[in-house]
Amino acid sequence: MFLVPDLVVRFFHRMASPPHFYAFTERLMPWLVTIFILFTVSGLYGGLYLAPADYQQGDSYRIIYIHVPSAWMSLFIYIVMALAGAIGLIWRIKLAEIVAISSAPIGASFTFIALFTGSLWGKPMWGTWWVWDARLTSELILLFLYLGVIALYGAIDDKRVASKAVAILALVGVVNIPVIHYSVEWWNTLHQGPTVTKMDKPSIHISMLIPLLLMALSFKFYYLIALIQRTRLELLNRERNAQWVKTMVLERK
Amino acid sequence: MDLHAFFAMGGYAFYVWTSYGLTLLILLANIIIPVLQRKSFFRQNLQRKR
Repeated sequence: MFLVPDLVVRFFHRMASPPHFYAFTERLMPWLVTIFILFTVSGLYGGLYLAPADYQQGDSYRIIYIHVPSAWMSLFIYIVMALAGAIGLIWRIKLAEIVAISSAPIGASFTFIALFTGSLWGKPMWGTWWVWDARLTSELILLFLYLGVIALYGAIDDKRVASKAVAILALVGVVNIPVIHYSVEWWNTLHQGPTVTKMDKPSIHISMLIPLLLMALSFKFYYLIALIQRTRLELLNRERNAQWVKTMVLERK
Repeated sequence: MDLHAFFAMGGYAFYVWTSYGLTLLILLANIIIPVLQRKSFFRQNLQRKR
């Protein structure tokens, strides 16, 4: 523990307490929304207006500004969900369990957006809405994993037991994450290879890269906002008999 | 670049704007649904206590 500053430890201890988390996130929300709007507006302005059309794909490539950040989020949220699930499984922290299950619908949404926008991009560029190539198929499996997590959680009445089951399913599904990431390198896919994460020399022009990164940040903040909304709801439902929830219900008009 | 050309998206208007429109809808729904459910949580629990 001596490696972690005392302040940080105390912060996490307080955040693991439901009433503190509930009050703190309420105060945090306006700041998150402001930052989210700034990133979104500048990202969309840069991507849809300032950036030039692609010399091969014309304006159709502008789908990239939601397609790629959504695909990144679909992987990122899955990892957060599995990690939170593992923390809940090991240390029995209620808030970690709630973060895990609250992430699932948001992750499923981003996975669906990645697939849907990819389809709308594929039709004019590849001439087909869908193809069973490795990248697309593994991303579809990711969607089913998210849906499986949501369904499993709903099927078990005791939410603490449900959280355990969901965490195990999420952890097993982690094997799919590297498959998605490396699919464009391991197999010959119709889907193009990485353009941004080639660290030595990204094959995307700076005027297109900056709005893409702004949109990636915008989606990160969106996830935080949506996660907090779902987490607070789940917290209220689970703690409906706790004194702090009863007090809050009576204080609200 | 005039407004008409902007919305035309070089002939790819359908693909580009459907993508953006659907994304907007899904992302909005993910905020609105939990907020509404929280409101109804408070309504129901207040009724039970009265």
